[in-house]
Amino acid sequence: MSETTQAREHHDGPHATGIRRWLTTTNHKDIGTLYLVFSLVMFLVGGTMALIIRSELFQPGLQLVDPHFFNQMTTMHALVMIFGALMPAFVGLANWQIPLMVGAPDMALPRMNNWSFWILPPAFLLLLATLFMPGGAPAGGWTLYPPLILQTGDAFPLVVFSLHLLGASSILGAINIIVTITNMRAPGMGFMKMPLFVWTWLITAYLLIGAMPVLAGAITMLLTDRYFGTSFFLAAGGGDPVMFQHIFWFFGHPEVYILILPAFGIISQVIPTFARKPLFGYTSMVVATSAIAFLSYIVWAHHMFTTGMPQAGMLFFMISTMFIAVPTGVKIFNWLATLWRGSISFETPMLFAIAFVVLFTIGGFSGLMLALVPADIEYHDTYFVVAHFHYVLVPGAIFGVIAGVYYWLPKWTGHMYDETLGKWHFWLSTIFVNVLFFPQHFLGLASMPRRIPDYSVQFTEFNMISTIGAFGFGLSQLLFVWMLIKCVKGGSRASAEVWDQPQGLEWTVPSPAPYHTFETAPRV
Amino acid sequence: MANTKTDYYVPHGSPWPAVASASMFVMALGGALWLNGSDAGRAVLFLGLAGLIVMMFGWLGTVIRENIAGLYSGQVDRSFRQGMAWFIFSEVMFFFGFFGALFYARTLAVPWLGGEGIGTGTNSVLWPGFEADWPTNGPEAVGGSFEPMGWGGLPLLNTALLLASSVTITIAHHALKNSNRLRLNLFTLATVVLGVAFLYFQVVEYVHAYQDLNLRLSTGIYGSTFFMLTGFHGAHVTLGAIMLIVTWLRIARGHFTPNEHFGFQAVAWYWHFVDVVWVCLFIFVYVL
Repeated sequence: MSETTQAREHHDGPHATGIRRWLTTTNHKDIGTLYLVFSLVMFLVGGTMALIIRSELFQPGLQLVDPHFFNQMTTMHALVMIFGALMPAFVGLANWQIPLMVGAPDMALPRMNNWSFWILPPAFLLLLATLFMPGGAPAGGWTLYPPLILQTGDAFPLVVFSLHLLGASSILGAINIIVTITNMRAPGMGFMKMPLFVWTWLITAYLLIGAMPVLAGAITMLLTDRYFGTSFFLAAGGGDPVMFQHIFWFFGHPEVYILILPAFGIISQVIPTFARKPLFGYTSMVVATSAIAFLSYIVWAHHMFTTGMPQAGMLFFMISTMFIAVPTGVKIFNWLATLWRGSISFETPMLFAIAFVVLFTIGGFSGLMLALVPADIEYHDTYFVVAHFHYVLVPGAIFGVIAGVYYWLPKWTGHMYDETLGKWHFWLSTIFVNVLFFPQHFLGLASMPRRIPDYSVQFTEFNMISTIGAFGFGLSQLLFVWMLIKCVKGGSRASAEVWDQPQGLEWTVPSPAPYHTFETAPRV
Repeated sequence: MANTKTDYYVPHGSPWPAVASASMFVMALGGALWLNGSDAGRAVLFLGLAGLIVMMFGWLGTVIRENIAGLYSGQVDRSFRQGMAWFIFSEVMFFFGFFGALFYARTLAVPWLGGEGIGTGTNSVLWPGFEADWPTNGPEAVGGSFEPMGWGGLPLLNTALLLASSVTITIAHHALKNSNRLRLNLFTLATVVLGVAFLYFQVVEYVHAYQDLNLRLSTGIYGSTFFMLTGFHGAHVTLGAIMLIVTWLRIARGHFTPNEHFGFQAVAWYWHFVDVVWVCLFIFVYVL
């Protein structure tokens, strides 16, 4: 191929049209879009499952679904939301934004980038197909504890293999993101000049590569225990079912930071823009993120205080867990200090970011309560735990994603989104998310167990409130879908800067960002 | 020549990743069918595997052709190297999970079953009289009585073979950098031979375990950890040996230059990785 034809091709749009474009694309913007659309679809699928759960829990007694199906819903809701909605959403944002933010022509390994996305739809086809199989979908909880999970019907190997595929996709995606960040930065962009979203993703990718293979190992042991006669989790053979929990949570705890660190990054981009001040304490943000990542590998057993472990173990895991509050506190104070005396305006991304700071902090504090061994033994497996992790995942991680989408959407589409619609989406989401999850704290403190389709009558009122909140929150997300469609189709033209003098390379390219950007590296 | 390029090569569309994903889907489906007792399972599994092999030839072939055409700058080369290093790190973490299971079982789970520490109740209620020892197949002697695998003989020989192969691949690498093609060719071939010999002796060892020692995958926690750790390692050696053979064929065709040989380097790293895993296995599974 001669240099001239190559040069011409570079400035063209997509190399193919229709379905072939999306199947074979190596363009980071195309792949980012694929990830984000896939994530939105899974968000609606997982949300529907949540509404089935909440409908059943509207009243005590069994009314809509049978208990086995209820358990399938709690399990699948978690798997779909974690692996289908949240992780792909963050990878989609990384795909779109990281090359734009570090001034790279594309991701470092573009073909592998396509591969890591296209593993996802078949993997979810396998996982969702289990709902229609004899014995149903897995119903033992997303944590897949043996021996319960080994009772799954024919679906069992499909669940394990689909998780293997999802893990492979995450590892490939994470490798690509790390290499893009370490090898593709524009000249002059040292590590300590990188935008915070890039930093948090660098650390997240490291966590993914460290944690996902351990999950792959754990579920492989489940598979061989069931089909090939091994005794990893069989006490009669010298194994231990609790050992699964240790291996699982060695993956699982870094995983919860995988779900929140990129959101920290997004909030650290959004707040300075709308406070019109540089981020307060950049260096401490980087150090705090690294500290959280390090600590995430040595706290896993706080998920299992009731399984029986030596006292020294409980003390160690309690104290290491409480240490996480220190770097997290550093972040919260840095965001507040960034807002201090800023000229703040309240566009939709900023509203979501502020709600994130407040509501994530509530989830953080309930986490601190759960870190205390004596308290945790009381709260374990109650709705208090459900309230805690939904506060960090919904108004935490999901609000982070939504803030990021509103913030960068004009850059992607070239149109401003409908600000009125955005504000409605924000207020309805924020009110209903609290109606949905706040009462669950009280339910948990009053000892209502989680993963149960029926409950004692004294829990009725708070459950009804929670279910009303769930439908309110779920239906509000339809406004988000509507806003997205409207913004893709049209709207007032967005300038290159979009906002009021935002910082970062992504605002130096036109809106919508051309198919290929930064083919010659900018100087920072 | 390629290293003089300054702009980063971004490929335009490739069918291979989609072929890879489809093949993985078919493999997962076939594996699940097989485990659920369907006759078609194995056929579907191998169909997926065949797709994966076709994909490897197509994808890697494209990369090699692009490299020879000089499309890759030094920066692209760095991306490949860093990508491979992180991939190996993910493999390390996979083995770390299985080693973790071994350590947990040996130092915590089995002693607790024997009544130590927090295990007093379990021991006295469920299995009074069970004494913790390693190797063990548990209080109910799952899989029947067995003899453990010693570390002398075949495992020691295999350790020597793999360590030697790490030396030969390093000699080959130096030969490549010094443009000594004959030496490169011979020492890569020697590495392949040592790797294949390792695999052969591991098969002999497995047959010995099953036939003479009654040591099986189903021999409690000892059999589980022994065969899963050595088995996954063996699978990685197999993969590494296939990669080495491809590398050797590429050397015979004149590929790789003293300054530019990512393919060779990646395989060498991978080979050192399986070697290090083996040393850990030898110490923690066989000797201790």
